[in-house]
Amino acid sequence: MEEILVQARKVAEEAEVFSVASEETQVYFEANRLKHLQTKQQASMALRIIRQGRIGYAVTTNTDDYPNLVDNAVETAQFGMTAKFELPSANSYPQVEVFSADAELVPVEAMVTLGEGLIAAITGHTAGIICEAEVTRGVVSVRLMNSRGGQAEYRKSYFSLGMEGNLTRGTDMLFVGDSASSCQPMLEPGAVADNILQQLELARDQALVPTRSMPVVFTPNGVASALVMPLLAAFNGKTVLEGASPIGQKLGQKVFDSKFELWDDPVVAFQPSSRPCDDEGVPSQRTPLIEGGRVTSFLYDLQTAAMAGTRSTGNGRRGHGGLPTPSPSAFVVAAGSTTFDEMVGDIKEGLVVEQLMGAGQGNVLGGDFSGNVLLGYKVENGKIVGRVKDTMVSGNVYRVLKDVAAFGREARWVGGFLQTPHIYCPSISVASKG
Amino acid sequence: MLIENAAQELAELVRRGDADYIEAHLEESQASYMVYRGRELESVGRSEAIGGNVRAMVRGGWGFVSFNNLGDLRGRVDMAVRQAGMVGSEASQLAAVSPVVDRVSAGVDRDPVTIPLAEKKQVLDEYNEIIWRQPEIQTSNIGYSDGRKHTIFLSSSGSYIEQERADINLRVAAVAARDGDIQQAGLSMGSRGDLAPVRQLHQEVERLSRQAVELLSAPKARGGEYTVVLDPVLAGVFVHEAFGHLSESDFIYENDRLRELMALGKQFGSRELNIVDTATLPGLRGSYKYDDEGVPAARTYLIREGKLVGRLHSRETAAKLKEKPTGNARAINHRYPPIVRMSNTFIEPGAVSFEDMIGDIKEGIYAKNWYGGTTSMEMFTFSAGEAYMIRNGKIAEALRPVVLTGNVFDTLKNIDAIGNDLDMNQGGGCGKGGQMPLPVANGSPHIRISRCLVGGN
Repeated sequence: MEEILVQARKVAEEAEVFSVASEETQVYFEANRLKHLQTKQQASMALRIIRQGRIGYAVTTNTDDYPNLVDNAVETAQFGMTAKFELPSANSYPQVEVFSADAELVPVEAMVTLGEGLIAAITGHTAGIICEAEVTRGVVSVRLMNSRGGQAEYRKSYFSLGMEGNLTRGTDMLFVGDSASSCQPMLEPGAVADNILQQLELARDQALVPTRSMPVVFTPNGVASALVMPLLAAFNGKTVLEGASPIGQKLGQKVFDSKFELWDDPVVAFQPSSRPCDDEGVPSQRTPLIEGGRVTSFLYDLQTAAMAGTRSTGNGRRGHGGLPTPSPSAFVVAAGSTTFDEMVGDIKEGLVVEQLMGAGQGNVLGGDFSGNVLLGYKVENGKIVGRVKDTMVSGNVYRVLKDVAAFGREARWVGGFLQTPHIYCPSISVASKG
Repeated sequence: MLIENAAQELAELVRRGDADYIEAHLEESQASYMVYRGRELESVGRSEAIGGNVRAMVRGGWGFVSFNNLGDLRGRVDMAVRQAGMVGSEASQLAAVSPVVDRVSAGVDRDPVTIPLAEKKQVLDEYNEIIWRQPEIQTSNIGYSDGRKHTIFLSSSGSYIEQERADINLRVAAVAARDGDIQQAGLSMGSRGDLAPVRQLHQEVERLSRQAVELLSAPKARGGEYTVVLDPVLAGVFVHEAFGHLSESDFIYENDRLRELMALGKQFGSRELNIVDTATLPGLRGSYKYDDEGVPAARTYLIREGKLVGRLHSRETAAKLKEKPTGNARAINHRYPPIVRMSNTFIEPGAVSFEDMIGDIKEGIYAKNWYGGTTSMEMFTFSAGEAYMIRNGKIAEALRPVVLTGNVFDTLKNIDAIGNDLDMNQGGGCGKGGQMPLPVANGSPHIRISRCLVGGN
């Protein structure tokens, strides 16, 4: 790494080398049985340079081949954006716990036992269900250094457990599923098993919904699949800078329900989305995005922040081996005070959405969502009466989140990037074949 | 040269390895990309990758080891075999295929990756200029990428296949805004490494930028059931998403109930309905000579005259279902094991003209183009990038983009007209099991679906 930096400095004003190396072991179960063991070793080295004021970039997994890496970065710098930022010099970083030596040491046999335990819990409850499950553990080492003396290095462990179950009766298919992840090892199927068992209980019978507007409760998985995608785009500083974010001009204004609180949080202990610094070496911070329904901030990396005349929020991230771009670490929605049972009890006729399929295909920038209810339940007179089918839920998150009946009392991590409670919305458009 | 040396060493190691079957993949690749956001070329880069994997089967269980570092190949093979041994508990089953030794070239005159970035940039600059000429454009997004890949497949059965391929992918989107309302329109194109098809899109780009602006004044569809006519692009997405994924045998080979549901011989649609998957058509992004298990590509009828007659296989799913391998095991790169995937999937053309198809529709929707689609086997949703009302047999007012959803079995039965105008869609890529985007193509003539659920107000 030092050598690449030295070589790059000979042809560029500034340079930054970013390396990621990972080792991962995965245990796969197919059709309720152990099927596949995988080990993946990966390493890559990325070089970003500023040459004649412009950004050049190249990446390779062939870490011995640095002359080519420098040449490629130089070629791309002819066309790259003008660099508006300065690479960060030496920084002090917050202490964020993201490594547990225990995670690395979990024997493969214990991972197999964990998966088998989860599958046994589910197949013991519902005969005929076919489960696919996955247990993963890994360690990632990140290292970064730049020509202004900036340096960062950390190791992160992760462990995850996920399952999807399919129950087919005739042409009817029921899908259930859940997952959980942490930097620490999990030894019990715990919440994942409980959540799937609850889904199976609630989906036992089928129910019909009419086509009209009605109250809808989004579970944490439902929030992730239906409502979050437009917000991810809207709070991205780059979308704001382009003028394509519907809330870009509304900093300080009340846009959402006054109970709605949202922040980006990269410093939660043992959360795989956490890290002491972002991929540009900017220290991690908790960034409030919505306070009391008011828009309070957007998320920035170095370049976007410089163009917008503000400071990086430490949200520079390199997806798919590319240049850093603003990206949330993890969205956290504050819990409210209403239980799920109280929400359901309040509804005369409505819907609980656990999984919406295809919601992110429409006009995401504009806040529209529209999807098929892959897993959801009908509520009648305060009780869940069964699972719905052939049902579409549509709306616009800016209208839906302006008037929220209640936020749930308990927030849950879902998909590794979101912590949210249940969200109870008084009126959402539902279309059904029922 | 690096991977050839590693391949020779591996060929010896896999032959001697203590497993029912071992295969290895080695890969070196180069890629370049350019991403515009708004007027600026925001990101431009080049990448190189080298790596490989070893996959072993012992008593029906699989072990898989992937790596970037080509050292200690013996250790990698040993680990894959050891892992497979921990999993396996029954007899290994793989459909028999003859060992193949072959070399396949990329078949393009110019490797797209080596074309200077300046030349590619000029075309993209022209497209961006066209978009920004349109009033009320808020921003534009253009993503271009190309890649070249050299792979070696070798197996303990004696296969040794070197393949080269090149791929180009282009997305162009225009975003228009008025009074806080935002609409977008886009296109997605690709080729097998030939730059020509992606450098002649000036008219299409102009059309889509106009369309993004026009959508600002278009009403939303009223939600409910309609007779829907799909254009070839959207019908292609439909056949891929809604039906194609159901034909991938890894979903069903260990699931008795799904197998019953997908029993060969079952009537899925009208006698006019024929659906094919084949990797043998030249020039399409889903084409190849051998899949990633070294099985030659085939032409597979999935539905013939409305009846389910075939499905897509890996060597393992073919053996377990006692059917012939179809050469559909594909991996997106060396970090993943091959899984059952589509190649080029399409509805064969029928006899109905577009005018006749819409002629007797009193009130319906004409849905064109696509944002995307997803499926959960039984249910699908897919979204049209462009939509119009059909009124009294004529295309009427434009609508905001619509989302269509339904049950695949009902919907296939509800296809009541198949057009005479087959067209293939080369854009985008397919995702499955975390492997995304895999180059595929899909296509169809115009089709009509008699009762289809449309999301809306």
